[in-house]
Amino acid sequence: MAAVPVKPAASQNPVESPRTLEQFLAQQREIDLLRFITCGSVDDGKSTLIGRLLHDTRQVFDDQLSAVANDSRRWGTTGEVPDLALLVDGLQAEREQGITIDVAYRYFQTPRRKFIVADCPGHEQYTRNMATGASTADAAVVLVDAEKGVRVQTRRHTHIVSLLGVHNVILAVNKMDRIGYDKAKFEAIAGEFVAYARKLGVQNIEVIPVAALTGVNVVNRGAATPWYTGRTLLEALEALEGLEVARTDGLKELRFPIQLVSRPDANFRGYAGTIASGDISVGEEVLALPSRKSSKVREITTADGPLERAGALQAVTVVLEDEIDLSRGDVLVHPDHRPTLARTFDANLIWMGEAPLLPGKRYEFKIGSRYVKGLVDSIQHRIDVNDLTTREAEALDLNGLARVRIALEEPVAVDDYKLSRATGSFIIIDLLHFGTVGAGMVIAPNAAGQRASSDVVWQPTRVTAAIRANQKSQKPAVVWFTGLSGSGKSTIANALEQALVQRGHHSYLLDGDNVRHGLNKDLDFSEGGRAENIRRIGEVSALFVDAGLIVITAFISPFRVDRNRIRERIGDTFIEVYLSTSLEECERRDPKGLYVKARAGEIREFTGIDSPYEPPLAPQLSIDTSKQEIGATVDQILRYLENKGFLHQADPGL
Amino acid sequence: MHALIQPVTTLKPVSGGRRASAAKMTHLARLEAESIHIFREVAAEFAKPLLMYSIGKDSSVLLHLARKAFFPGRIPFPLLHIDTGWKFKEMITFRDETAKRLNAQLIVHTNEAGKAAGVTPFTHGARYTDIMKTEALKQALDKYGCDAAIGGARRDEEKSRAKERVFSFRDAQHRWDPKNQRPELWNLYNGRLRRGDSIRVFPLSNWTEVDIWTYIHTENIPVVPLYFAKPRPVVDRDGLKIMVDDDRLPLNPGEKPHLENVRFRSLGCYPLTGAQVSTADSVPAIIEEMLRTTTSERQSRAIDADSAAAMENRKREGYF
Ligand SMILES: Nc1nc2c(ncn2[C@@H]2O[C@H](COP(=O)(O)OP(=O)(O)O)[C@@H](O)[C@H]2O)c(=O)[nH]1
Repeated sequence: MAAVPVKPAASQNPVESPRTLEQFLAQQREIDLLRFITCGSVDDGKSTLIGRLLHDTRQVFDDQLSAVANDSRRWGTTGEVPDLALLVDGLQAEREQGITIDVAYRYFQTPRRKFIVADCPGHEQYTRNMATGASTADAAVVLVDAEKGVRVQTRRHTHIVSLLGVHNVILAVNKMDRIGYDKAKFEAIAGEFVAYARKLGVQNIEVIPVAALTGVNVVNRGAATPWYTGRTLLEALEALEGLEVARTDGLKELRFPIQLVSRPDANFRGYAGTIASGDISVGEEVLALPSRKSSKVREITTADGPLERAGALQAVTVVLEDEIDLSRGDVLVHPDHRPTLARTFDANLIWMGEAPLLPGKRYEFKIGSRYVKGLVDSIQHRIDVNDLTTREAEALDLNGLARVRIALEEPVAVDDYKLSRATGSFIIIDLLHFGTVGAGMVIAPNAAGQRASSDVVWQPTRVTAAIRANQKSQKPAVVWFTGLSGSGKSTIANALEQALVQRGHHSYLLDGDNVRHGLNKDLDFSEGGRAENIRRIGEVSALFVDAGLIVITAFISPFRVDRNRIRERIGDTFIEVYLSTSLEECERRDPKGLYVKARAGEIREFTGIDSPYEPPLAPQLSIDTSKQEIGATVDQILRYLENKGFLHQADPGL
Repeated sequence: MHALIQPVTTLKPVSGGRRASAAKMTHLARLEAESIHIFREVAAEFAKPLLMYSIGKDSSVLLHLARKAFFPGRIPFPLLHIDTGWKFKEMITFRDETAKRLNAQLIVHTNEAGKAAGVTPFTHGARYTDIMKTEALKQALDKYGCDAAIGGARRDEEKSRAKERVFSFRDAQHRWDPKNQRPELWNLYNGRLRRGDSIRVFPLSNWTEVDIWTYIHTENIPVVPLYFAKPRPVVDRDGLKIMVDDDRLPLNPGEKPHLENVRFRSLGCYPLTGAQVSTADSVPAIIEEMLRTTTSERQSRAIDADSAAAMENRKREGYF
């Protein structure tokens, strides 16, 4: 890479810089690649640190440096010193607000290694972008501000890094200049962090005191921390080992997800894909999952000629001996080393949707090269990143972390994510807007207690009211109308149901017509019969609520005690809507001529005439239908339901 | 690395070797495998993908990787070239030869309305790029009902590109919303779309300029001869050396085309692309020169000279 030797880099590299072009090219062909992220809380100095790394390894071009000098005057936060953070903060909104929204990828190299740095945003609201960066990383550099110490975001990011299986974590305690390079303060922060990271099971942890602004211990050591004898950040990054192993995370068994069936002509049929783990050789027997068809490898084709054997991360095309019909999404394995074939399995999940994750709602899952529909059967617990405690949860909000059980509609081949990133990871896609709303990591799919066999058809562990309701994108409720005869209950109830159905909701209307003639045929209009009538309607409503429906009832239901009993039975999803239309108005309307008959004494114990009506004391809504149009009343009720979260609003999506 | 490199005159392309061992992969092998994976995902997931072929070195690498991804089959989607009418002649020749060599379908699209209205780099300034490139690209993508457009952009080119996903979501108006990108984890690219939406795909996201040239050298990939230095007629204009590629370039008073030994670091419309004085006439010589250079490659394009935000704005509007 081109170079501006701003100051001579102290050469602590055991590997020599190339002296000739031939040496350079030879080196280019030999050196490997390390992908790492920088993360931590906002303003801990990530951008500055990367700017410093680029600058001190001399990767910055003249025009870029003068652009930074320009921009520093405009946006910078460092006064006279060029703000090296501006080398990496790329988007206008980011510069205007002085924050990082999305991951920025940077590239640099030393004679030892190529590096891809993903600079991750620090704000909690952009956690999904941070996870994007971390998912492909071999190592993570977590920053803390030495003055502020370990914070919630430090923990959150470290947790996500560990969930994503990044085993190498370097804590850079930054802004050491601000605390006078104090050793004791540094050690206190290091101690707290190491304890937390160990609890998470991070394997390699290293802590380095740095000052990104001045460059201390980033590339060059400097004299400020004589008490520190460890490696500089760059030395640590150059020295990390075992990456090829870490990358396929230890799984030595063959996993070859078929991406594409290649059929250029009648004579050739090959299966193209990237080997996720293990290796594959000509002549070997292989088994395709989930179809369980087997054959032998006839040829491993690449554009650079055939191979006898190919290994992890290589992109090849495999030709089999037999004409078996495999398709995209199948996984080739060795018959003796199979992954778990499962419809249900447990997973750690990072939720990334604006709308919360709802158990029971249908989503699409992408696992390897396979798309399968399914759902999150249950949230076993969500995880508090602060103290790593777990708690129960019904839903998972944006950026939430949880352990969940997944239930798919078809079996898929999966491995424990810890063993194999490629066959243990999946994303969740919303079926309406198709945005990526979640990322998951499979937990020991073949462990006891999990129904792993593909022969077992999925049975939800427990179908709850919430699961049924989530399927329908609504929260069940009873909209209970009460009011005098002629107050408008049936009319409004019918109009409301139409409006709900139009919006795609699932509702059921209970009124005199469908209840009196069947369920309650045996009841008379005596006081006892009326009470029983209302009780049964309450019970049926309760069952329908359990079924996930929005129930609408339209009965006079004159007695407070009856209505209250139902409220107690159903709970706070019981919505009492009092139609407070006056007796005079109802008598004036008298649609069925009942008031006339009651006044004439032809009907006895008619509510409002010779039997009392007890208005609710605290109805959820109270509406006089003589004062407004039907449409307005329906809108008022819909708005109430929306505000209270009964009708899920459409997710704006990504 | 400045001054550490002695000039080398002869250097043979070296092939193989890096694929020999399955255990350890070099960074180029990893980049190659990653790009091939991306190409295959596109072919598998989209109904009407096409490859935006810009004829430059990145496009050359892109095509080379596409060929590898689908070998022994041919590249399963057409190449689209947006012809502004002002490309270097040698680019057009190279384009046609390449399509023939790879047996690939080539679509050439020009914004005919813009051409008819007399839009040129000289008369319309910055709007020329909007009309003849951005607009033209949108027209072509709409015309072919394309749901995935593959391009050769790299994240190391420029700051707003450094933020872009491999599968970059565009709405029906081809707009990029940098504040609201889809999360993209592992190599699980989300190819699901609503009608009218589309994806721009960047298989070279993680390649750097050095990687590109090293790979061109290693794999012996043909590139447009304009990258190699030779005497060419140029005029000096606004700090750039503009090559007089044909007689349509209006000369300012006092301007006289003169021969200089120049080459191009990136290619575009000839009246807008600055040449650099150079003696690098081979790929190794270019790499060597690059190692001594102190400016980034986009500097030679007039389009960015205005502000740091120029490229982001163009991208939001649907420029590649
Ligand atoms: N004193 C001091 N300030 C620093 C250091 N590193 C970064 N900063 C300042 O901390 C602020 C936030 O840095 P930035 O890199 O933008 O943080 P990011 O949000 O993590 O990317 C800026 O004002 C930097 O100049 C350091 O080592 N010492």
